[in-house]
Amino acid sequence: MSNFLLAWIVLIPFISSFIIGVMYLYSIKVARVPNFVFSLFGLSAPLLSFLLGFSFFLQMIGNDEIFLYKAYRWLEIDGYDIDMGFMADKLSIFMVLFITFVGWLIHIYASGYMKDDKGYGKFFFYFNFFLASMLLLVLGHGPIIMFMGWEGVGFSSYLLISYYYEDGENVKAGNKAFIANRVGDFGFIVAMVTMFYYAGSNGFDFLNLKESLLSVPVPVLTFIGFSLFVGAIGKSAQIPLFVWLPDAMAGPTPVSALIHAATMVTAGVYMVARFHFLYDLIPHVGLFIAYVGAISALFAAIIATKQTDIKKILAYSTMSQLGYMFIAVGLGGYSVGIFHVFTHAFFKALLFMGAGAVIVALHHEQNIFKMGGMKKKTPLVYFTMLIATLAISGIPPFAGFFSKDEILLTAFSSGEYLLWIIGVFTAILTAYYMFRLLFVVFYGKNYKEDKKLHFLPKSMTTPLVILAIGSILAGFIGIPELLGGENLIGSWLGNWKNSSLHVTHSTEIILMVINIFAALLGIFIAYKKFYMYDMKEVPIFTGIVWNKFYIDEIYDTLIVHKIKQLSIFISYKIDVHFIDKIVMGLSRGFIRSGHYIAKMQNANTRFYAFTMLIGISVISTYLIMVLR
Amino acid sequence: MIDSLLAYITLAMILFSIGFLGVVSRKNIFVIYMSIELMLNAINLIFVSLGRYYESMQPQVIAMIIIAIAAAEAAVFLSLIVVLYRRKKSLNSDIFTILSQKDSHE
Repeated sequence: MSNFLLAWIVLIPFISSFIIGVMYLYSIKVARVPNFVFSLFGLSAPLLSFLLGFSFFLQMIGNDEIFLYKAYRWLEIDGYDIDMGFMADKLSIFMVLFITFVGWLIHIYASGYMKDDKGYGKFFFYFNFFLASMLLLVLGHGPIIMFMGWEGVGFSSYLLISYYYEDGENVKAGNKAFIANRVGDFGFIVAMVTMFYYAGSNGFDFLNLKESLLSVPVPVLTFIGFSLFVGAIGKSAQIPLFVWLPDAMAGPTPVSALIHAATMVTAGVYMVARFHFLYDLIPHVGLFIAYVGAISALFAAIIATKQTDIKKILAYSTMSQLGYMFIAVGLGGYSVGIFHVFTHAFFKALLFMGAGAVIVALHHEQNIFKMGGMKKKTPLVYFTMLIATLAISGIPPFAGFFSKDEILLTAFSSGEYLLWIIGVFTAILTAYYMFRLLFVVFYGKNYKEDKKLHFLPKSMTTPLVILAIGSILAGFIGIPELLGGENLIGSWLGNWKNSSLHVTHSTEIILMVINIFAALLGIFIAYKKFYMYDMKEVPIFTGIVWNKFYIDEIYDTLIVHKIKQLSIFISYKIDVHFIDKIVMGLSRGFIRSGHYIAKMQNANTRFYAFTMLIGISVISTYLIMVLR
Repeated sequence: MIDSLLAYITLAMILFSIGFLGVVSRKNIFVIYMSIELMLNAINLIFVSLGRYYESMQPQVIAMIIIAIAAAEAAVFLSLIVVLYRRKKSLNSDIFTILSQKDSHE
């Protein structure tokens, strides 16, 4: 059938990124290639992938078919065969749809944002490569193929974060992201190896693992589940590996929108959902995941309340929302978690792109307390940002409300009331810091009027509008039954929810009201404190929250500094006194022994004859002894 | 017969050792050459006596060949000695050092 098209969903962006890369090299070495050529390739690849994904989506409606395409045998190791295979079930196709769609919009936006950048082609090369890796991650039919995409995502995010490489800080941020991800990847590798050892004999892909993991003892499963989650922690920026996410804002804003809103950071959530058959067997690890998510959500929200950099606020809010998703998937509500991934992709991409628009309009100013009054100057950006902010705060009928409500409902109905309380409290904080941002940026007074606003091209504003519509509508595919709707996403992704998760309708209504009330409370506090905020001077923050609980500093002293000391010790002590001595001693020894051996060649014929005869007699004695 | 073979072999070994000592200890190229010939003929002696012992003609043939080759070799060797003598007006083997690193090294 047309299963081979699955591979093309991944291949198209890969090929396009390759073509763009070659053209870019051509343009810097030989002759300039106009930007629109790069845009043509860069923008059409995600669109084509989206259309292909959509065709698979249409074929899947109404049945439970799983599309599997094995391109070729990649490795053959003594009976263990690993295929280069692609698999599309309802989960992955759903991911593909919004990754490509939101990704496409971000590509369009980027074509406006990066217009004047001299590395335009390079940017789209990275961008398409990133998208292709993400699609490979989602469509891989087994952990190994998934891991290839996983690594590709990590690598291209490193390239994109340190895109403005002239500034050393950005390169550092890229390194930080890469290293933190590597720590997580190690967990993934450990989990994969263990899985392969215990359950890899019947084929190492998800469909077979589902069966073979059933016979693996629970402690081993716990270990696998835990290690996998370490990988998810790294990718999805949860405690304790979240430090890279705020720094990753060093990249261009479209990068933040693509990587740190819609795609890369959701890979961890996707992985937990993908391995749902594993986590179903070990609910205690699931609970651990949920708690890590809850604590991360709360922690990030607290930090976000005090930040002044518009992109950092959004970065922490991303981390916080990811925490919500982990609460859901940890408690077994995989479809709920993925639902939040879906809605989050829309409103977070919109928030980032809106922030990027403001930043561009104000000539790359990122401190929200130096903005203000943007409502009049950029009404379209204001309007779309307002929608996104309402969506993330959880105000009905915007997208975030439905998914967040579902998550909190899952937490409540599983009996984990502590998680629920943390969730609600985080919801208050979310509404607070998001509206703080909105009020300060768009209503704040006293912005110095002397600068002229930078022009915002159509390519930047149109995606904002489309995403705003998405942020309004995305929630409607998952309306809870309570409100007379049908949870399309739940039925699409299959009945993953535990059957025990049932609460009465009245409880459900109460929870919903509490959620709305929490969001309104947060908005109210923000309104009190920041509406028409008077910015005569930029406030200077101090204190533990503004300093992000000194986490970076703690890591610096505990880990970075120690490693540095170790490196210094190795470099100045072991290297100088040990390695160098051995190497230099060896060479000196060779020189000296050469000196002695050279004396053998003393031009004394008789001596030569003597040594020769000695040699001959030794060899012949030996031969006689052997031949006997 | 066994006793006499041992005697021949012992004689050959003594001759060979004398030749060896001559090569190592004497300076005169002529003497060195003669010592080499002595060693060669010690081997010849072994061939011949073994041929008698096993009553086979093959070792005898080899001995004859060796003698023939030694004659040819003598011609080459003697002419070499003449050339060497013409160069340095001496037959002391220690002064022919141009192929060594001794001069360049020290």
